[in-house]
Amino acid sequence: MSSETVAVTLRVNGETTTQMVAPRTHLADLLRGRLGLTGTHLGCEHGVCGACTVFIDGATARACLVLAVQSDGAVVETVEGLTDAADPTLRALQEAFVARNALQCGFCTPGMLATAVELLRETPAPSRAAIRERISGNYCRCTGYHAIVDAIETAALRLAGHEPR
Amino acid sequence: MPALPGRDIAGDGNGVKAAALRYERASSLADALALLQRHGASATLIAGGQSLVPALNLRMAAPELLIDISRLDALRGVQVMTEGGSPRLRIGAMTRHAELGRSPEIARHAPLLHLAVGHVAHAAIRNRGTFGGSLAHADPASELPACALALGSRMHVVGHAGARVIDAGDFFIGLHQTALQPGEILVAVEVDVLADGFRPGFAELARRQGDYALVGLAAHARPIPGQMRFAAIAPVFFSVGARPLLAAAAARVLTDATIADADRLHLAQQALAADLDPPADPQASSAMRLHLARVLLGRVVAQLVGTPDVI
Ligand SMILES: Cc1cc2nc3c(=O)[nH]c(=O)nc-3n(C[C@H](O)[C@H](O)[C@H](O)COP(=O)(O)OP(=O)(O)OC[C@H]3O[C@@H](n4cnc5c(N)ncnc54)[C@H](O)[C@@H]3O)c2cc1C
Ligand code: FES
Ligand code: FES
Repeated sequence: MSSETVAVTLRVNGETTTQMVAPRTHLADLLRGRLGLTGTHLGCEHGVCGACTVFIDGATARACLVLAVQSDGAVVETVEGLTDAADPTLRALQEAFVARNALQCGFCTPGMLATAVELLRETPAPSRAAIRERISGNYCRCTGYHAIVDAIETAALRLAGHEPR
Repeated sequence: MPALPGRDIAGDGNGVKAAALRYERASSLADALALLQRHGASATLIAGGQSLVPALNLRMAAPELLIDISRLDALRGVQVMTEGGSPRLRIGAMTRHAELGRSPEIARHAPLLHLAVGHVAHAAIRNRGTFGGSLAHADPASELPACALALGSRMHVVGHAGARVIDAGDFFIGLHQTALQPGEILVAVEVDVLADGFRPGFAELARRQGDYALVGLAAHARPIPGQMRFAAIAPVFFSVGARPLLAAAAARVLTDATIADADRLHLAQQALAADLDPPADPQASSAMRLHLARVLLGRVVAQLVGTPDVI
């Protein structure tokens, strides 16, 4: 199918890599298929479910809506990278997700975590309404969302030095 | 690299995928125009990709060549212009939704855009989607085209034959259809800075936060203090037709000094029947959309005159 491939150099989770990709390939396929970073999940592949949410140049993006060729020169962080870097926000969220039962099958979790990390970096003490609004672009078919909102709230309180309820 | 079950080894995936295509990254506006001229109808511009890539993945669009204009930083950012005319904002087409939302110049001089942009999609999509891309894509359910029309914006467009300016009123033609000609690029949008006494009003109804609106209303208006009347108002509805629609009959009622203030809102809501003939779809019937448009007019008028919600 892919008649031509193009060289793309990007920094993923702190390591620079150059890959030959077909221009039609989206970033999520590059991350999963070439780099084995299967923490970036693919649900809908048209921007609706949020399972593929990663950081590109410090801001969240849908990896299924970015062509790999467009990310030449970009700095990409996936859930694996945030975990390895012991990102304190991610760590607090991971602990709170476990404590509050904020995941069942875990399919939505990497995207939820990336979304919540960005929220807590911007807004240290978000209201429950603000949390709900922010995760409105991430589908969860298991939890019914309440537990996820609880977990993000818990993580925010812990990061602010308060012992959560 | 591990081979993954259900995924092809080349790493190009085998799920929802775009058809094969070629890709060129424009290094300048001149380069983008030359590429467009050379490749004609086989080429499509890509900006933030937040409407185009879904269409590619679903194969609703299958261009042979993508010309990436997202790195043309000269087309990005918000500037206050004072020379050569009245003070105005110049918003680069590559300005991302998130940047629009954070811009202090937008909040101060074009607060309608500030109010509206938070309703566009979700944070991760706003981080990449562009103002120009939203206007060029001209989705009838989009917030920003309606705002551009309410604000009387001017679209600055460049083609290989030269530059031209298109009034927002002439720009939106139909479903995903604008006055942009093949080979033209929307480079910037100019909006007058908020004049004294003018205020923004915005409301939309969607089933979930971030979804495209069932019905929405963006208004730019000058209320008359102490009255239920406007010196001027541009109420623009979206998701009620093929393009954003200025409700002229309702606007006349809202400005007409011969109508009693106590009757005004009700009559303006009635007048919407002359302005709108909304389409029906599985989400809402035509009558439901018209009803919701009337509800939104009540809410937005209340916002504009600063009274609690009237429905
Ligand atoms: C899940 C989801 C939900 C969304 N919800 C909303 C919503 O609620 N409201 C809303 O308004 N939008 C919504 N969007 C769309 C989003 O706002 C897009 O960012 C926007 O419509 C297109 O901007 P873009 O820069 O991504 O354009 P692209 O996708 O890159 O391009 C879109 C089209 O415009 C053309 N184009 C782009 N830039 C130019 C230019 N400068 N000159 C000429 N032609 C150009 C392209 O050729 C293409 O045809 C949603 C998207 C997704 C995936
Ligand atoms: S897979 Fe990217 S948003 Fe669903
Ligand atoms: S935990 Fe299963 S989709 Fe969210």
